[in-house]
Amino acid sequence: MSEATALVVLAMSLAAAITRTRWAPDWAIAVGGALILVALGVISVTGARHALASFGPTIGFLAALLVLGDACRRSGLFEALGSTMAIASHGRPIRLLALVFAAAAGTTAVLSLDATVVLLTPIVFATAAGLRVSSRPQVYACSHLANTASLLLPVSNLTNLLAFHASRLSFTRFGALMALPWLAGLAIEWIVLTRAFRSELQPTAAQAPAPEAPRPLPRFALVVLALTLVGFAVSSAIRIAPAWVAALAALVMIARERPRPGEIVLAAQPAFLAFVLALAVIVTAASTHGLSSAVASLLPHGSSLLALMAIAVVSAVLANLVNNLPATLIVLPVVATSGAGPVLAMLIGVNVGPNVTYVGSLATLLWRRIVHAHDETVDVAEFVRLGALTVAPALVACTLCLWLALRVV
Amino acid sequence: MRAVIWIAEETWQACVRHARELVPEQADVTLLHVAPSDVEELAAAGPAGLLGRRRPPHERDLRTVSDEEARQLLDAARIQLGRDCSTVARRGRVEREVVAACADADLLVAARDGERSLGPKSLGPRARFIVDHAPCTVVLVWAQEPPGITTIPPLPAPHHKRH
Repeated sequence: MSEATALVVLAMSLAAAITRTRWAPDWAIAVGGALILVALGVISVTGARHALASFGPTIGFLAALLVLGDACRRSGLFEALGSTMAIASHGRPIRLLALVFAAAAGTTAVLSLDATVVLLTPIVFATAAGLRVSSRPQVYACSHLANTASLLLPVSNLTNLLAFHASRLSFTRFGALMALPWLAGLAIEWIVLTRAFRSELQPTAAQAPAPEAPRPLPRFALVVLALTLVGFAVSSAIRIAPAWVAALAALVMIARERPRPGEIVLAAQPAFLAFVLALAVIVTAASTHGLSSAVASLLPHGSSLLALMAIAVVSAVLANLVNNLPATLIVLPVVATSGAGPVLAMLIGVNVGPNVTYVGSLATLLWRRIVHAHDETVDVAEFVRLGALTVAPALVACTLCLWLALRVV
Repeated sequence: MRAVIWIAEETWQACVRHARELVPEQADVTLLHVAPSDVEELAAAGPAGLLGRRRPPHERDLRTVSDEEARQLLDAARIQLGRDCSTVARRGRVEREVVAACADADLLVAARDGERSLGPKSLGPRARFIVDHAPCTVVLVWAQEPPGITTIPPLPAPHHKRH
């Protein structure tokens, strides 16, 4: 009974997040659901408090990163990236794609997939339009790399951030272990996308229009980001939580960009932070009442290559069904007991896997198809075909590279 | 006679150049651009996958960007054509919109959108659909200098008899 109640609350919270109805905001449903679970005794007050305490620091880290990303947007970083790509591409589509790969991989790794999806993709779309080249390969690259390139660092994806604490890895070791899988993922994306879009990537006969006045890259923001990365790397050596480095970087950028206090709060997305915390409590409640043992029965134990592959595949399937955020919360407690290798294999699954659909999960895709049934929408068949072409080899190659890295690094 | 010239990002200059030579003076010419709505949707749909996050404030609406680009492209094509013509900007699945725009046309000038070698791969999926489904005469041009006849693969070598 308790398990069923927790699962119903979880399903309602996810449904609210996917459908985004105005009268039932996802954060309110999730927070209300979590409170009901506590009131009904499905999860004890101590249990809920423990879950909040264990995810609290991660939420603080996330808030700092969100504010940092927003301050980078204010500094004009993404417009400048668009302008730089337009000039450096010389109007050649394949060159532009290489630049988009670099920009998307870098943005995702350092500022998280949210920044690539929300801030970089519209800029890339406008850049391709301004150069009068097909935006199809460029936008596909952004969409795919937001997921695939989010393997590298704990800050590259919220899933990584959630798993980082449980993995008991230092920031540097996390990055060192994931560097090879990250590069393997990027290589597979490049091979598949350049082949799939080879006709769109032919050099054009048309003269590209003269680019608009170049916008210089904001040096201050770039220096802050570089120093932030250095800070993350040395944080474990000097025993400071990397969240403090992110907080300091966010403060420096706030001092520079001077957003209004209300804008800072908005950038930190308090409703989203509340949603994640409430979801963590709900999943903990469901996990203690049987969800964990159900997931554990699907997953092998240990860090053998086959075990890592199985974890990556199961995580990818789960992420595709619901979304990678709940998938991570569900799988994490099960794999965390087996050490860092299985946790990182899970991240390969939940990060790379969602490329099968363009909206993160089948649930969201189905909902969008219902809502936008009469609109011209994405050619789902084309996206799913390309998704399958990249996800299957990427899961195998990334996991293989992780297995190697676990032995060498 | 009604002629439609397909203006696509990569190939429009070749289409206009050939149209100047091939389309009769008295023809009623329409320049057609189709914005691929699926790419726009792909760029806009990403945030839907970010569960629980706030929707981004779009500073420049993607639709505005793509409309502006279409207008500039059609203007550039009209100037290069150098004669009276109408322009049509559509949005949707490119290949289907091009075919639909040719419903009352007698002639379509379109370009190959595939590889630069002789053979079936010189047509990409969109041009392939248009050639197969256009309800009118299609003039199919090369976007660049046509590849030489040598790009046809040679006949398979005859089997040598062993003595």
